[in-house]
Amino acid sequence: MRVKAFVRAGAVAIGRVALLGLLSPPVKLVLLILSVVSLALSVIGLGLVLAPLVAMLVRAYADLHRRAARDWSWVDIPRPYRPLPAGAFVGTPRRWWWLVRDPATWRDLLWLLAGAPVGLLLGLAGPVLLVYGLEGLLGVAIIIDAATGRYGYGVTWPISDPLDVVSVPPQGALVTAGALYAGPWLLWTLAHFDRLLLAPTRGAALAALAQRVDRLTETRTHVVDAQAAELRRIERDLHDGAQARIVSLSMSLGMAEDLVARDPAAAQALIAEAREASGLALAELRHLVRGIHPPVLAERGLDGGVRALALTLPLPVTVTVDLDGRPDAPVESAAYFAVAEALANVVKHAHASAAWVSLTHLGGALHITVGDDGVGGAEERSGSGLTGVARRLGAFDGVLRVDSPPGGPTVLTMELPCALSSPRTSPSSATG
Amino acid sequence: MRVVIAEDLALLRDGLIRLLSSYGFTVAAAVDTGEALHAALLEHRPDVAVVDVRLPPTFTDEGLRAAIAARAAVPGLPVLVLSQHVEQLYARELLSDRRGGVGYLLKDRVATVGEFVDAVRRVAGGGTAMDPEVVSQLLARSTPTAALTPREREVLGLMAEGRSNAAIASRLFVTDKAVGKHINNIFAKLGLPQSEDDNRRVLAVLAYLNA
Repeated sequence: MRVKAFVRAGAVAIGRVALLGLLSPPVKLVLLILSVVSLALSVIGLGLVLAPLVAMLVRAYADLHRRAARDWSWVDIPRPYRPLPAGAFVGTPRRWWWLVRDPATWRDLLWLLAGAPVGLLLGLAGPVLLVYGLEGLLGVAIIIDAATGRYGYGVTWPISDPLDVVSVPPQGALVTAGALYAGPWLLWTLAHFDRLLLAPTRGAALAALAQRVDRLTETRTHVVDAQAAELRRIERDLHDGAQARIVSLSMSLGMAEDLVARDPAAAQALIAEAREASGLALAELRHLVRGIHPPVLAERGLDGGVRALALTLPLPVTVTVDLDGRPDAPVESAAYFAVAEALANVVKHAHASAAWVSLTHLGGALHITVGDDGVGGAEERSGSGLTGVARRLGAFDGVLRVDSPPGGPTVLTMELPCALSSPRTSPSSATG
Repeated sequence: MRVVIAEDLALLRDGLIRLLSSYGFTVAAAVDTGEALHAALLEHRPDVAVVDVRLPPTFTDEGLRAAIAARAAVPGLPVLVLSQHVEQLYARELLSDRRGGVGYLLKDRVATVGEFVDAVRRVAGGGTAMDPEVVSQLLARSTPTAALTPREREVLGLMAEGRSNAAIASRLFVTDKAVGKHINNIFAKLGLPQSEDDNRRVLAVLAYLNA
C-alpha cells in the first residue's frame, strides 16, 4: 500500500512538473515577445491598447503558476500587482502608466525570460530519469544490447557477461525510485523559482502592509463612530420611548390601586390606560429590537431574514439564496443591514417597479447583488445611503461596487470575505 | 376543550395555563421545548395548541417548525402561534397548507384577555386568527385593494384577521346585513369567488393578500 502511494505521488508530481515545465518555453517566449513588441509599439501609440491586453494575458498565465504552486506544492505566492485606479480603462494613458510604473510588470518579464530554460530543465528531468529507470527495470537495455551487441546500463557498460545482465534490473529499480522520489522536489523547486520572481518584493510587501494598516485604521474609526452613534440612538429611544411609557403605566396602576375601593369605574379606566401604555411600550421595544438585530435574522439566518424583509417592501422583490451555512453573526448582521439599506434606497430613490436580491458564497466571500429596474443614477457620495452600505461592508474588508447608469438599471455588487459555518440543519423555507 | 401549551418562560407559561384554565380549557400538557411540543401534539391530539415561536434548545423558530411539522402529520391540527414579533414570512408558512385552524398573534394580544380567548376558540373551531399587524402589512402591499372604500378596507382587514360576519358587525356597530353587503362588494371588486362559509372566505382573502 505504501509503495503504491509512493509511486502514485511520484508519478503525479512528475506529470505535473513536466506539464508546467515543458509548456514553459513556448508559452513564455511567445508572451515575452508579445510583451516587448507591445511595449515598443507604445512609441506610435498602438501600445496604449496592446500593452495592457498583453499584460492581462501575462498576469493570467502567472496566476496559473501561482495556483499550481499553491495547490500542488503548498507554496503561497501572493499577487504583487498594484490596485487598478478608477477610470483606468484599456486604451487610456492612465492604464498604460499604471502598468509600466508597477515594478511587478517588469519582474513578470524577467520571469518569462528566466522561466523558459528553468522550466525546460525541471520539466525534462523528471520524465528522462523515469524513462531511463524503467528502461533498466523492465530489461529494455538488455534487449537493445542483445540486438546491437554494444549497449550498457548504469555503471555496467557494455553489458557482456550474465552477471552484467543480472545487475541491470536492480540498477533500473534504483533509478526509478530516485525519479519518483525526486518528482515532488522538482515540482517544489519550480514553485520556489516562481515565487522568487512572482511574489511581491520585500519592499512592495511592506508597502502593501502599510496600505492595509491605513485602511484598517480608517474602517476602525468608522466602526467605532457608528457603534457609538448607534448606542446613543438606542439609549435615547429607550429613554424617551419604552421607559417613559412604563413610568406612565405604573403611575396609572398606582392611581388605580388608590381608587379601586372608592371609585371602581375610574380605577377601571386607569387600568385600561395602563394596558394601552404597556402595548405601546411593547411596540416600541419591538421596533427597537428590529433595528438592533432583527429576530427573524437570528432565527432563520440571511435566507429567511432577507426573504422576510422583501415581503415587507412595497414592490415585488425576487430573492435567490444559495448558501450552505451561516456566516459569523457579525458578518451576517452586516450583510443583512447592507441589503436592507440597499433596498431602502431602491424604495426611496429608484422609482423601480421590481427589484431582486441574490446571495451566494464563492471563493471565500459572500457575494450579494441587489438590482432594480428603476431610473439609475445612484452613486456613492457623502450622505447617500450607499456610503452607509460601503461602511458596513468596509468594517469586514468587504467592498461595494455601484453600477447605475442614468436611466437604469441599477446593480449593486457587494463582496464580503467570510467563511460559512456548519451546513444549515433546517430546511429552507419554501416561500418566496 | 383540551389544549397543549408550549412556552419556555415559566412566568408566561404559568400565566397562560391560569388564563386558559379559568376560561374552561383543560391543559393536557405544558411543555418548554420544540421536541417536547412535537411529541405532546402527536400524543395528546389536543383541540388546540398555543405555541411560542422561539423555544429551546436553539432559541430560533423551533416552536413554529414543530407546529408546522405536527400539522403535516395531523392535517388541520389547530395551532395558535404566539411571538414577540410577527413576520409575514412565518404567516405565509403557517397558511401555506390552505387549511384553517391556524392563528398567529403577537404575545401582546394575550393582555386583551377576552379577545385572546375568543381567538383560541376560533382556531380550535377551524377558523383563523391573524394579528392585525400582519394584516395591515398585507393590506399596505396589496395594490388592488386601493380600489376599495375606506369602510370596505376596514371590513377586509377584520375579515383577514379571521373574524366572523357577526363579530365584524358588532365591532363596526353596523348590522350583519350591512357587513354582508360590504363583503359582496369586496369580493366583486377583487374578483374572488363567493362562499357562504366564514372560514373558507377568510382563507380565500388571506391567500389573495399573500399572493
